[in-house]
Parts: sequence; C-alpha cells; structure tokens
Amino acid sequence: MARIAGIDLPRDKRVEIGLRYIYGIGPARSQNLLRQAQINPDTRVRDLTEEEVGRLNNLLTNAEYKVEGDLRREVQQNIKRLMDIGCYRGTRHIRGLPVRGQRTRTNARTRKGPARAIAGKKKAPPKG
Amino acid sequence: MARSLKKGPYVDEKLAAKIRELNITGQKRVVRTWARASMITPDMVGHTLAVHNGKQFMTVYIDENMVGHKLGEFAPSRTFRSHGGKQAKAAGVR
Repeated sequence: MARIAGIDLPRDKRVEIGLRYIYGIGPARSQNLLRQAQINPDTRVRDLTEEEVGRLNNLLTNAEYKVEGDLRREVQQNIKRLMDIGCYRGTRHIRGLPVRGQRTRTNARTRKGPARAIAGKKKAPPKG
Repeated sequence: MARSLKKGPYVDEKLAAKIRELNITGQKRVVRTWARASMITPDMVGHTLAVHNGKQFMTVYIDENMVGHKLGEFAPSRTFRSHGGKQAKAAGVR
C-alpha cells in the first residue's frame, strides 16, 4: 500500500508516473520530488519501501505548493471570489458557460453539458 | 495577450484625478465614467462608480476584492437571453 498525500495509491506504475495521480503534481514536480527524495523514478509504486514512502510524504507536507484537498479548496475559493464580486468571469461561472471568450453558438459542450433536444427541430432532408 | 509590465496598469487619468479629489475632500459621490478598460486601483475602494455599458450607466460599488480587475468586467454590455423552459415558451405563444 502506497498512501501518499492522503488517499492516492496508483500501484503497478512507475513512481514517476504514479505520483502524477496526486492532484497538483505533474511531470515536473514528480521528477523534482523523486530527485529530492533520491528515489529512482523507474521503481514501481508497489516496490517502494515504507521509508521511501515516508520520505515522499514528508517532502509533500513541507512543500511550498499545495496539493490535493488544499489545492482544490484554493481553486474553489478563487472561483467563488469571482462569482461574489459579480464580474464577467464570475457570471460565466454562475451560468455554466465558457469563461475565456470561446464561442457558444456551437460547441462549448464541456461547460454546457450534453446537448438538449430542441422542440420542433427537423432533421436535414437526405441529399439527392 | 497580457499587458507589458513595463507600462504598469492602465488607469484612466481623468477618472483617477476625480477619485483623488474625492479622497482628499472625503466626499462620496457617484462618478460617471466610460473608462471600462481602466484598472480598479486600491484608492477606488469604497466609492461607487457608474460605468457605461454602451447604453446606460451601471452603478458599481467597488469592493476591495475587485482591485486589479477592470471596470468593464462589472458592467455587462450584452443582454443575456436563455432558452426558457415551458413558461418562456407559453409566454411566447400568446
């Protein structure tokens, strides 16, 4: 069991990849952590010793960046601030529309969710 | 693209002068402005501005959280119309 920074336990993957399953850790931070902890990035997560897991946990709790819950909370707070001050970006968040000026005539499905059927819309007649 | 740091934030000169005057005399008055692109500076906090949205002036009370945003962000220039549910459709039929 490799529990690092709370509830994450990828297993079977190389540590370099496994660490990226932690929210807030990408390629660069993963490599930095392993360098600091002096762990070979090629070792599998299941092959990590208790002591190595401890070293990684230690580095993460003392890191200058936030990870997992704290990071998620920070992001949510930032969004909430935008919504509270009533600025353009905030209202886009409230309405669930794209925030960064993308088109909404078509696409924007990630923000708007699955397309809803429109009453009275006919299918295009077949060509020919 | 972000504005060059060398230039510093864009603050409308005329608006800044009016705010300075209000701060010196300690008055609170609604200031009308068209300077939507102007950054909100810390000394505007607590004032109420009327920001033009192309049609009317939207009153905006400046909060300390708003510092660093631009005035136009608080005066939407487009009317938001959504596709209504049954109620909107019933209203349209009548």
